[in-house]
Amino acid sequence: MHELPQQLANGLILGAMYGLIAIGYTMVYGIVQLINFAHGEIFMIGGFGAYTVWTLLPDGSSLAAVIPLMILGGILCSVLVGTAAERFAYRPLRGAPRLAPLITAIGLSLFLQQLVWAFYPDAKSDISFPQFHGDPFHVLGATVQRGDLFVIIAAPVCMIALGWFVNRTRSGRGMQATAQDPDTAKLMGINTDRIIVMAFAIGAAFAAVAAVGYGLHNGQIGFRMGFIMGLKAFTAAVLGGIGNLYGAMLGGLVLGIAESLATGYMGDVPGMDLFGGGAWKDVWAFVLLIVVLLIRPQGLLGERVADRA
Amino acid sequence: MLILTTVLTTGALTLSACGSRDDDSGDDKGGSSGGKKTTVVIGVDAPITGDLSALGLGIRNSAELATKIANKQDLVPGFQFKIQALDDQAQPTIGQQNATKFIGNKDVLGVVGPLNSNVSQSMQKPFNDAKLTQVSPANTGTELTQGDNWKSGDKKRPFASFFRTATTDQIQGSFAAKYLHDTAKINKVYLIDDQKTYGAGLAASFKDTFTKLGGKIVGADHINPDDRDFNSVVAKVKKTGAKAVYYGGEYPAAGPLSQQLKDSGAKIPLMGGDGIYAADFIKLNKKAQGDLATSVGAPVEQLDSAKKFISDYDAAGYKDGYEAYGGGTYDAAWSIIEAVKKVAADNDGKLPSDARAKVLEAMSTVKFSGVTGDISFDEYGDTTNTMMTAYQVEGGKWVPKKSEVYKP
Repeated sequence: MHELPQQLANGLILGAMYGLIAIGYTMVYGIVQLINFAHGEIFMIGGFGAYTVWTLLPDGSSLAAVIPLMILGGILCSVLVGTAAERFAYRPLRGAPRLAPLITAIGLSLFLQQLVWAFYPDAKSDISFPQFHGDPFHVLGATVQRGDLFVIIAAPVCMIALGWFVNRTRSGRGMQATAQDPDTAKLMGINTDRIIVMAFAIGAAFAAVAAVGYGLHNGQIGFRMGFIMGLKAFTAAVLGGIGNLYGAMLGGLVLGIAESLATGYMGDVPGMDLFGGGAWKDVWAFVLLIVVLLIRPQGLLGERVADRA
Repeated sequence: MLILTTVLTTGALTLSACGSRDDDSGDDKGGSSGGKKTTVVIGVDAPITGDLSALGLGIRNSAELATKIANKQDLVPGFQFKIQALDDQAQPTIGQQNATKFIGNKDVLGVVGPLNSNVSQSMQKPFNDAKLTQVSPANTGTELTQGDNWKSGDKKRPFASFFRTATTDQIQGSFAAKYLHDTAKINKVYLIDDQKTYGAGLAASFKDTFTKLGGKIVGADHINPDDRDFNSVVAKVKKTGAKAVYYGGEYPAAGPLSQQLKDSGAKIPLMGGDGIYAADFIKLNKKAQGDLATSVGAPVEQLDSAKKFISDYDAAGYKDGYEAYGGGTYDAAWSIIEAVKKVAADNDGKLPSDARAKVLEAMSTVKFSGVTGDISFDEYGDTTNTMMTAYQVEGGKWVPKKSEVYKP
């Protein structure tokens, strides 16, 4: 069992990334009841945005020094695409049957993938992302790469900032009001259109941060990376209780750690040696989801969606 | 290019239509009338766009080069060879459509390709039904020639029309095991594969030989080829104290797997088959130094038999390189040309009415010294040339370490 700290650390890093992406799903859902399935691609675009900034910088730049610029570039691209998607793909369909924006989302995600594939140099296959040099850290028996520190720090920082924004600022309270009852919020003088755009933008920005973490963690990015990560993050959002911001982060962490432990130990459970491999980790993640939803249909932290109906 | 091919093919169709009418009428004036040459088309199927297009373009160009050289040498008097190249985008469904197109063009007497074993699986039956010869320069999936039960020793050739100039994964995996055990002196290996036809077959054959040689498989796992985070599997590898990882799969997943392995502090090499023997593997993996791969054939740059091929290829001025399968493709196309030559020679320098069936028949007797060595086919359609090479990453490049004709 002596690799347990390592497996927990791996799960934590992966889970923090899921959580950051899941914020985008959960926020948009909380306000407009829309599952933005193109969010995985908005995440992917954040990664390419950050990478593009890197390629524009002079050779030999120190990664630690330019990483804020890269994050900014990634956020810019993601937010641009995210809000454009809201304006041109979802807003015209507001009020249409639920199925219509869902199909649009799937079409949009394919469009964004092909767009990056067609126009980005070398994106035919994965491209390598800059990485921190230097030895990894050893913490409580686990080896943590320098690049992974980014996600470990970024996730709580983002969550605290989001919590402050939602609870303490005027726009944040407007967001809560819109989520509770958009029509009444409008009557109270809240510009709900602006709130919705804001929800898309914040979600996209978080996804871009996660994408930088993904690039640093895996050493490469690719135009297909949004699909699986997006699906997992959506799962995390549902697991935590879709619509609940803290639930998204908690769901992400639970999912990441569950995957990691399933890969590491499921094979050791008697009679399970056939189902313990790395290829089965997604299966266990979804089994967990089903079990949680059977016991707590509203997800781990729940949401007030039920009392809206 | 496409328009050109179409024009050529249409032209060829009309020509041969005239020829057959002459034959039917039994007119003695037929045959080599007025110095006009009979056109034989060799179909080429490869991924010309998409992820694997570099390999696919190398295949198309090398096949075209073979026909040009044969025409220049006037290898088959009264005959002229052309290629018809179709893009399969590495997709089985498109491959099958292409197969139908080749079958529909009755000047096509043989097809070179495809690159991917699963694409081949979709093409084998239509070709077999049409008695149209297919020679792949790159398919290594053992079941393509020896049937689905080859692992249990029950070898049965499923399609008589399929041949290949690349050797099988059975031989490749076994060669890798022998190299790792005997030459690299490693006897504790962790086995990982991606559960696809290629990866799982390679890993199974590796395991078989490695344990027979006395090596120990200290653990085995499977991964999903779309994943890029393998840290949980890596933690397991580290626990077992393995001295190397053998990976059955392709470079997009192998690159991060190898890097995460070294990041974790396990300073052990990763070894794989021709699926990781690619420049991209090193580009995507900053810690590839010391990693190993096997590939079919010898590096053409090192073969005396390939010198002429390389200079001809350069002289032809192709924009893209011949890549890993260029030599094998040239030999594949050449074997079809040789078969056509035999058929023509047996029939007074003309094509018989059942030309496709006759060419297929002639394939089993084809024998020549090609770019990659002596080419002939065994009773399964596999090449008898089982040259294998082991490579290692040194200073950001694949360096050939050992080439041998391997018999498991």
